[in-house]
Amino acid sequence: MAGLNPGRAARRPALWRPLVLVCAGLYFLVPLAASVIFTVDVPGEGVTFDAYTQILGTEGFVSSLLLSLELAAATIAVVLLLMVPAMVALRLGAPRLRPVVEVVCSLPLVVPPIAFVAGLGTVLKWGPEHLSRTPLFQTFVAIQNPDFPVVLVLAYVVMALPFVYRALDAGLRAMDVRTLVEAARSCGANWPQALVRAVLPNLRGALLNSAFLTLALVLGEFTVAQLLGFRPFAVWIVNVSGSQAQLSVAVSVLSLLVTWAMLLALASFGGRARTASASRG
Amino acid sequence: MTVLETTATDTTDTAATVEFRGLRREFGTTVALDGLDLTVRPGELLALLGPSGCGKTTALRMLAGFEHPDAGEVLVDGEDVTRVPAHRRDAGMVFQSYSLFPHLSALDNVAFGLRMRKVRTAERRSRAGELLDLVGLADKGDRYPHQLSGGQQQRVALARALALRPRVLLLDEPLSALDAKVRLTLREEIRRLQQELGITTLFVTHDQEEALSMADRVAVMHAGRLEQCAAPVELYGRPATAFVAEFVGTMSRIPGRLDGTTVEVLGRRLPVDGTAPAGDEVDVLLRPEAVGVRPDDAGDARVVASAFLGAATRLTVRLADGTEVKADLPTHEAATLGAGTAVTVSLPERPVLVAPRTTR
Repeated sequence: MAGLNPGRAARRPALWRPLVLVCAGLYFLVPLAASVIFTVDVPGEGVTFDAYTQILGTEGFVSSLLLSLELAAATIAVVLLLMVPAMVALRLGAPRLRPVVEVVCSLPLVVPPIAFVAGLGTVLKWGPEHLSRTPLFQTFVAIQNPDFPVVLVLAYVVMALPFVYRALDAGLRAMDVRTLVEAARSCGANWPQALVRAVLPNLRGALLNSAFLTLALVLGEFTVAQLLGFRPFAVWIVNVSGSQAQLSVAVSVLSLLVTWAMLLALASFGGRARTASASRG
Repeated sequence: MTVLETTATDTTDTAATVEFRGLRREFGTTVALDGLDLTVRPGELLALLGPSGCGKTTALRMLAGFEHPDAGEVLVDGEDVTRVPAHRRDAGMVFQSYSLFPHLSALDNVAFGLRMRKVRTAERRSRAGELLDLVGLADKGDRYPHQLSGGQQQRVALARALALRPRVLLLDEPLSALDAKVRLTLREEIRRLQQELGITTLFVTHDQEEALSMADRVAVMHAGRLEQCAAPVELYGRPATAFVAEFVGTMSRIPGRLDGTTVEVLGRRLPVDGTAPAGDEVDVLLRPEAVGVRPDDAGDARVVASAFLGAATRLTVRLADGTEVKADLPTHEAATLGAGTAVTVSLPERPVLVAPRTTR
């Protein structure tokens, strides 16, 4: 809002612009400001930042946040390792399969998480019953380890597919993958080298986008984790809000700021890497 | 220029022979290559010329290792490379366009292959610098592809293709995305470099002017087969097939009557060049520069159109029987021959090419 110039508003053609900006700003900032005021203005005590200082000390904060970040890292790694080679292969080998893959990758948007987790829960219950005498039983136990629930990673990979597909598709569209790979191959690069040296560096923007969208998804995901009985960050916030309302809102505000900070960090990291490679040449 | 000298001595000794033997390739129902046999001599620039879809690019890509034949083999220096993967083929390739790595500077693009070969950084950079110097872009090493013009990008691509001292240089329509002026200068430059380095080069193009002006020999392809492979002069003067005759340069067809080894055309009897086809109804093939046109009020031919080409003007003349003939005249002579002028058409006393009749 600081950038709003009153002189501009006076000019008639641009009148609608500040208006839209003010409306949008109010829409986003009023709830945020209300949250902040709620956390710092304690009735009878005046302004205090106790809610924020308490956060670190509250039981479960660090562990749940760490769990969420670990899950996010694992999900990003798995989904990119799965999707990048698949999308490149799709472009090079079977362009006619693209609509099929697009529909499959978009399915998680159509299937509501609640239905998804219901199915997942059924399998998790059914599996151990029928497989109790086989080594697979241990697998079912292992993927539900509350310290690091692999099953959540698997679920999040599926849920991140639509976003990652779209981000990577946009990135691949912007370049001629086939020619770049062939150019690299005629320069003596084998397949993995061509992929890593010629294609991936030109996909950096798309990779960062995918990573960030996945990170945001995992940090904010509640339904699946809650219904499967795990306790990552979003679940912890909701649990805590029952007993300590101010604290939970403070955490929400903080997590919003943290997400913004990460977005800025990723964006500036991408920008710096680009200028760094520019000066290196 | 040290790189030029070393590379030149390296390659003239070892310039490779390339052989295609019975190459066949089908994509679904379309036959891209239908038994292609072709030999590229050491150190020559051979142009693969043909209309789009004739299989010329497929043949080039088979030599590069990007396509695999259904049948037949590719030999380099007598050695079968059909099953060798692309990155071990030892062939430098220049693509149509946009093939430079966008994230690397011109210098790093040229050095890419050396990096794959694990050449040390200092040596790599100095060699890449020399190659950029060779293509006249020594001062543009730190530019990124998007900061270079189309012609400069193709020069960098050429330097990159030469960086690994390949045995064969492959050019896949490298000039087709450039504008006319740049195309001409780059054409000469590619030819000069190729001759200095003495590297066996295969050049794919659909532009006959490009092929005729640059190549030692031109291989004309049609429907997956080789029609004729000959030096440009021979290809133009003595086309082996009717397809070559009409694809290379401009050719008019006039109906004539074959009589033994002579053909009757435009009221004259001329000897047949080459072997005469069976049947006596034939078409005589004429180059526009071989056709004479002079104004004649009693003539039964009419000028229907004229196109100014600079020194010459190309007239389209309709004969009494409705056949149209193209003729090139010096512009000062053609000035008096506007559309509708009555003319007579004459032929020089020289053997003519004939083909089985296709007109009407």
